[in-house]
Amino acid sequence: MANPGSGSDIVPVDSSHGPQASAGTAVIAADAFENPGLPPHQQRVTDLDPKVDRRNERGVSLIFYLSIVFSIAAIAAYFAVPIVEDDPASVRLNNLFLGLAIAGALLSIGVGTVHWSKALMANHESVEARHPTRGSEATRARAVEVFDLADKESGFGRRALLRNSLIGALVAVPLPAIFLFRDLAPKSNDPAGMLAHTMWKEGTRLARDPYGTPIKASEVTLGSVFHVIPEDLEEAEHKLEEKAKAAVLLMRLKPEDLNVSAGRETWNYDGIVAYSKICTHVGCPVALYEQQTHHLLCPCHQSQFDIKNEAAVIFGPAKRPLPQLPITVDSEGYLVAQSDFHEPVGPSYWERRGDYDV
Amino acid sequence: MTGAVSSYIDERTSISGFVKLMGRKVFPDHWSFMLGEVALWCFVIILVTGTFLTFFFQASMAEVVYEGSYTPLKGLEMSAAMASTLDISFDVRGGLLVRQIHHWAALLFIASIMLHMARVFFTGAFRKPRELNWVIGFVMWILAMGEGFTGYSLPDDLLSGNGLRIIDGLIKGIPVVGTWISYLLFGGEFPGTQIIGRLYTLHILLLPALLVALVGLHMVFLIVHKHTQFPGPGRTNDNVVGYPILPVYGAKMGGTFFIVFGVIVAIAALFAINPIWNYGPYDPSPVSAGTQPDWYIGFADGALRLVPPGWEFVLFDTWTVSMNILAPIIAITIWIVAVMFYPFIEQWITGDRREHHLADRPRNVPTRTAIGVAGIVYYGAMFVAASSDLIATHFKMSMENVIHILQFTLIAGPFIAYFITKRICLALQKKDRELVLHGYESGRIVRLPGGEFIEVHQPLDEYERWRLVDFNDYKPLMVRPNSRGQINPLERVRAGLSRWFFEDRIAPVTAGELARAHDGHDSGSTHANELATAGQGVGGPPHTNP
Amino acid sequence: MSSPRRRPSRRRGRRSPLATIALIALGLVFTGSGYAAFSAVSAGDTAVAVSQESVERGQKLFAANCATCHGMSLEGTEAGPTLIGVGAASVDFQVGTGRMPLANTGPQAPEKPNLFSEEDVQAMADYVASVSPGPGLPEEEYLQTTGDATRGAELFRINCAMCHNVAGAGGALTEGKYAPSLKGTSAKHIYEAMVTGPQNMPVFSDANLTPEDKRDIITALKYQEETPAPGGFELGALGPVAEGLFAWIFGLGAIVALTVWITARAN
Repeated sequence: MANPGSGSDIVPVDSSHGPQASAGTAVIAADAFENPGLPPHQQRVTDLDPKVDRRNERGVSLIFYLSIVFSIAAIAAYFAVPIVEDDPASVRLNNLFLGLAIAGALLSIGVGTVHWSKALMANHESVEARHPTRGSEATRARAVEVFDLADKESGFGRRALLRNSLIGALVAVPLPAIFLFRDLAPKSNDPAGMLAHTMWKEGTRLARDPYGTPIKASEVTLGSVFHVIPEDLEEAEHKLEEKAKAAVLLMRLKPEDLNVSAGRETWNYDGIVAYSKICTHVGCPVALYEQQTHHLLCPCHQSQFDIKNEAAVIFGPAKRPLPQLPITVDSEGYLVAQSDFHEPVGPSYWERRGDYDV
Repeated sequence: MTGAVSSYIDERTSISGFVKLMGRKVFPDHWSFMLGEVALWCFVIILVTGTFLTFFFQASMAEVVYEGSYTPLKGLEMSAAMASTLDISFDVRGGLLVRQIHHWAALLFIASIMLHMARVFFTGAFRKPRELNWVIGFVMWILAMGEGFTGYSLPDDLLSGNGLRIIDGLIKGIPVVGTWISYLLFGGEFPGTQIIGRLYTLHILLLPALLVALVGLHMVFLIVHKHTQFPGPGRTNDNVVGYPILPVYGAKMGGTFFIVFGVIVAIAALFAINPIWNYGPYDPSPVSAGTQPDWYIGFADGALRLVPPGWEFVLFDTWTVSMNILAPIIAITIWIVAVMFYPFIEQWITGDRREHHLADRPRNVPTRTAIGVAGIVYYGAMFVAASSDLIATHFKMSMENVIHILQFTLIAGPFIAYFITKRICLALQKKDRELVLHGYESGRIVRLPGGEFIEVHQPLDEYERWRLVDFNDYKPLMVRPNSRGQINPLERVRAGLSRWFFEDRIAPVTAGELARAHDGHDSGSTHANELATAGQGVGGPPHTNP
Repeated sequence: MSSPRRRPSRRRGRRSPLATIALIALGLVFTGSGYAAFSAVSAGDTAVAVSQESVERGQKLFAANCATCHGMSLEGTEAGPTLIGVGAASVDFQVGTGRMPLANTGPQAPEKPNLFSEEDVQAMADYVASVSPGPGLPEEEYLQTTGDATRGAELFRINCAMCHNVAGAGGALTEGKYAPSLKGTSAKHIYEAMVTGPQNMPVFSDANLTPEDKRDIITALKYQEETPAPGGFELGALGPVAEGLFAWIFGLGAIVALTVWITARAN
């Protein structure tokens, strides 16, 4: 054969392996190697030397005894290293000693068993024949026969009316379940409407999170940041739900650093601005304020907002700026909201319109 | 005595038939065949420890005042779920250990599932008749992630609460129905007072029940199909070589359970996981730097971070379409669906409907291996992005650059990985050919009578050689018109894919080739080079359509 | 353990007039430059008697080590901001933690070993404070760990954890900047950082967090630092990323190594 790779000795694999199983585009060389069969069995030291065998046997049983010792040690640790009330350090020790003893007991059983199986159990490799997964032709024929018989005896194929009405009934029967899920949530039919409002309203004082003490404008100095809640949050019926929408960040910039767009001139008070703390991407608290760059950063997905430019997005997956809360001061000098936010806070949702008055 | 007991049982259960059927079933030995078993044992450990935890955990969001042992949380209002998790940690002896075992086992459960999946993928063990078992395994992987996420949320601490908030934001981003799904799921507005109880039901009832059922099915199929084995002397597509369940494999399986359990308990004894007392109870206002999900959800979190700014628009001023949420969901879905359907796609391309019980060595299927690595890089880019902030601080980079690099990796990385992997596979195959044809380099230099120096090569013995030559070879599909002289356009696509799959391929060495190489051993290496160039671009004997 | 919620809760009870009292003590100091204004002179501002000797010594040290960037009379240059009004607390923090003098320019000044003696730092602080008043060194009573840890931990989570991480392990900021780990930072430096807002950290004046609040935060941080982690080694307290990496590399690594042993043929 002058040309070793000539096409003549490469043939498609014959498909006779299993009934009707196509080999597709598989090919095999006519002069491919033959399987040499199992290599000769090699004996282990434990097979050859009875002394080694006995030593291994003793070793494994020692490991099993060790496991018992560990188990007892675990019980001992439970009592000897107790948890002392108000002392987390005792929890650490309890966890450590109890855990290590139990781990020792478990690992000993595992290692002992595996070593037994490897070194002492018969290790002749067995060969088991495989059979095609599909049933034999006779079995398959019988299965078809069974189905035919069932069809004939029930009339499933023949009695179309009966069959189709049953299918219809089976399709209809889960439908009520879908309705049953409606009351997973309260009966209001306007979840989108609830998302559009927060508990901020005209005159609500801005207060420190979490203790609700109101904030005076004079206290908000350049470079500082206040984490803010509505003063009356504690009285709210659904405190956490309201807080999840109403959380606000309060910062003071020099008025000349703020780029204020038309219509928002009165929303800040002498450079003090309040923005929603809830990210417009998926709703994490955008709480990281850099006092020199005036950037806000969301720690979850790294959206960045520029407070100098009305919280416009400068990096990250968020699209919309953080909504601004219009603020002013009341007669006692405390910061108060002028109104609710002019747009929904937080992540987008389908029903969120595009024409909010902002 | 044993006889009496087994007789008693058999007369009531027919168990002797089962023992006869199963007792000496043979399993092949390879470390990578144990990964699925590791996952199974992790699951058992999770069930055992989880049951213990349910005795103490209260899945309620009712507000209580914490009066337990951890000083910096004393007197704080929190949900009963959080308070009871703290009690498990600080006031139940061994409670923290069991909690940590449960959580570490969960991380390892999904890690071992994915490593198992990778093993099955790269060895082609998903081929007929195992395609359905691949899908079952795939569904279990999804369910396991569901188990993980629901469990992560249960303590109602600050970390998991912010995780739920992200899920809430994701759901709200779904067009048309998102707002309603969120509303129903949380039983009102986020966070509501329902979600923990609902997740708990999923976590301890629905998802485990499905998992147990699918684990059973997975095992039944494993027994029906018998395990795959790597090619080797004496191993064929029609047999399985290994050790019987009773006693060797039974002992190894039992031993593996205790070893996996022992390793996880040792980790739980030494290393803290999810210290909820640091995070404190959930409050919608605070957040911690480094807020991340557990690793297996990381790819979803990372995908959200990789979206460039501005991917959100409003339709007709009325409806908001959040592509900054949908794009990651789509990117993930494409990947997941591709993973699930891969066995069917590959079978369609090869047209090979035979049963395959011999595992492929990954190098012998370069295109599949390259696709797999490309998929891992795609997943990996999203996964790594979930820790972009920590990468930035630990490698002294800016987080913006980390994100940009990962955005590039997500798009270009799979292609680069595909190309490199395929070249590596082909190179390894060529090395195998060289070995079979010319043996190992013995390091012994001999001077021939003609003055030429050659290195004496040590030939492989027939057993070693068989390991290297026993693999499937395919030629690209040629489009042929059907009986009516037409070419099916689908067939054209298939032929294109087949060409992509198989045009760069190296055929196994044949006995004839080896004989010829020995005849002319003095020009052996040049001969191999000729082969490489004479083939279809890369190497191997050229194949013409017969 | 836990008891059903009682009204008024302990937390409500804490809404004390303390803050209001603190407001009265408050003074606002704005700098002329406005680059970064620091306010809220703490009560300790005038308490420490400053010796003229120390001020003179500080002036010399300042001229040698700081004036290149901050100007001979603290007015600032292109290389560094003005120090008028930053106060002794700022100097003590910046020099005391080795952040100043700056070794090289970067996204932010990293913590380094402090090269100056305690007296030298004190002298520079005295000098800067003598030129223009600003927040002074904190009073000893607010640096004790005798405050309310529960309250401190809650304030820490709301005001600090978003940057510094709930366990004080630090975190990333934009463009290569970062919030440093708080592990091993002294109570005094923590207090000074809150009062002065170094670099991009916001200022937490006494009007925002009263000295008692700051003491509570320090108490909580020190409790966390000094209490052995109940669960075992903390893996850097970095959260799920560190846990996941550990699970893959060491957890699954160990298990895979063992499966290799399990399936290896015995000799």
